[in-house]
Amino acid sequence: MTPPCLAIKNMTMAYGDFIIQKNLDFTINRGDIFIIMGGSGCGKSTLLMHLIGLQRPAKGQVFYGAESLWEADIDVRRRILNRTGVLFQSGALLSSMTLAENIALPLSQHTKLGAMRIRQIVSYKLALVGLAGFEDYYPSEISGGMQKRAGLARAMALDPEILYFDEPSAGLDPISAKLLDDLIRSLRDNLGSTVVMVTHELASIFAIGTNSVFLDSETKTMIAQGSPKQLLSESIDPKVIRFLTRGEMEENGLHKTNSQEHSES
Amino acid sequence: MITTHQVCEIKIVQQEATLALALAGDWVLDADTPSLEPLLKQMLKDSSINRLVFSTDALGRWDSLLMTDLIRIIDRGAHEGIEVDLSTLPEGIQGLLSLVYAVPERLDAKRHDTKRPWLELIGDGAISAVHEVSSLLTFLGETVLSVGALVRGKARFRMIDLWINIQDCGPSAVPIITLISFLIGLILAFVGAIQLALFGAQIYIADMVGLGMTREMGGFMAAIIMSGRTGAAFAAQLGTMQVNSEIDALKTMGFKPMEFLVLPRMLALILVMPMLCFYADLMGIIGGSLVTVGFFDVSVLEYFDRTADAIHLKDLIVGVTKCSVFGVLIALSGCMRGMQCGRSASAVGKAATSAVVTCIVFIVIADSTMTLICNRLGV
Repeated sequence: MTPPCLAIKNMTMAYGDFIIQKNLDFTINRGDIFIIMGGSGCGKSTLLMHLIGLQRPAKGQVFYGAESLWEADIDVRRRILNRTGVLFQSGALLSSMTLAENIALPLSQHTKLGAMRIRQIVSYKLALVGLAGFEDYYPSEISGGMQKRAGLARAMALDPEILYFDEPSAGLDPISAKLLDDLIRSLRDNLGSTVVMVTHELASIFAIGTNSVFLDSETKTMIAQGSPKQLLSESIDPKVIRFLTRGEMEENGLHKTNSQEHSES
Repeated sequence: MITTHQVCEIKIVQQEATLALALAGDWVLDADTPSLEPLLKQMLKDSSINRLVFSTDALGRWDSLLMTDLIRIIDRGAHEGIEVDLSTLPEGIQGLLSLVYAVPERLDAKRHDTKRPWLELIGDGAISAVHEVSSLLTFLGETVLSVGALVRGKARFRMIDLWINIQDCGPSAVPIITLISFLIGLILAFVGAIQLALFGAQIYIADMVGLGMTREMGGFMAAIIMSGRTGAAFAAQLGTMQVNSEIDALKTMGFKPMEFLVLPRMLALILVMPMLCFYADLMGIIGGSLVTVGFFDVSVLEYFDRTADAIHLKDLIVGVTKCSVFGVLIALSGCMRGMQCGRSASAVGKAATSAVVTCIVFIVIADSTMTLICNRLGV
């Protein structure tokens, strides 16, 4: 059996003595669009930081394939992380560089490609996210949605196997958010990469999520796992149901059985 | 990790009007790919070609590298009126290509760097210089208005901000002021002592250090230190607030940034600078005494007695007054650059840099002017 793309084994995340989440145990398979969800402040973004090598777990392991991210030495970790790309919440483009320079940065640092080649790849990546022709713009000169897409182009610069997204649709209008969702899905389909996404945008979760984990801030651990649609119809945990239905089931006085019928109809 | 790649190859077969391209190998970022130039040239020159097909049976792994090559071929095809048949390409590639061509390139978005004539550059420079002066005067005017509001007791800012700023500008700066002033006194004494000792007039080192520190160097050095330490900090703080829209938020809540942010900083510096100046004078004199007593055979008592004779109250007042003026200038330039800051990380850096430069320029100009005035008035 091939090992899963990413495996989190018995991980505890903490800031000093303050535990954020404990006993995290889940796997992400190749080709998944994996959603990390949960209420505000439950540690979703912190979990992402642990996966992309910015924060060390207090306990437990993160496995990329068969390699442990945090037990590997620095070179191996660098190599593992070069196979990932991250889109931060606000795009996190370097403001002193043009879009082309932003995207060219990882290419010129981690590959031996010539300047001409890099320019072609930059144009291609910008075209992929619908920003063809915007090479010479500075991040401050384009809109928030465009910054996010440019951030996506940079995250994809090295053709990563795993793409991470932190709240990709936050701050976007519903139509742009939908377009971004479609883009993410079609990139996943065509590139065969794995997508890991932190979000609490229900529309996105149901539209593109194929697997997910639900973090709870009270018990400080994961309380549900599976495809979002399946969770909605099968979960019996009131917290999960409340989240996935925006609390509307409760307000309407509907019970578990009703919600099941509702989602099946 | 060294991975071995299948060598990339591209075979071109022409059958009448159709060009068949057979792609082979691992077409990935760190692979060597064959040059496309012969193919592109052929497409350009041979007008009999009207169709292009691909076969990808031998194609291994592929990534952006193949995509950029395909895009070049397709673009050239479109340009020469050659029909490019994509249907035999792997599904993933087709999907990506349809994404690439989904949004047409915004031609108006492209920028062309045109070389600007030197006359235009000079004109731009002149206009921005005028703009600079007018924005400086605007800021000065707004400052005066908010000081007016303060005097009438109508300025709104938080007292705690004033105290925090006093703490930041005053006590926190004492160690660096101590070190620098002490060393300045020491250097001053050494430089003068060697000359004075030739005439056996070592005792006059006390006069020189005492007057030099109180009238000029104490306040001046304190101001230079504070412009680097506090002027830059003000610019960076306010600049970052600008980047985070915090200043906009204050405006919408009905606060005037000039009163809420600039006044406490300026007041703090105006209150603190005279004290720092006085302290710096003292440290300089102690530094001077160390050299004189240690190396030039003058007793501690003699030195301080001589210093007390040499310095008059008016010297101290001149020095401290100058330093207060410097304080206002530092607060003004620091806050002005911060408030004018753009909305990016590099703009904050620029704001901090130009704050320090502005501070130092203002300080030197103000110092020379005031020294000249004192000289004329005979104080």
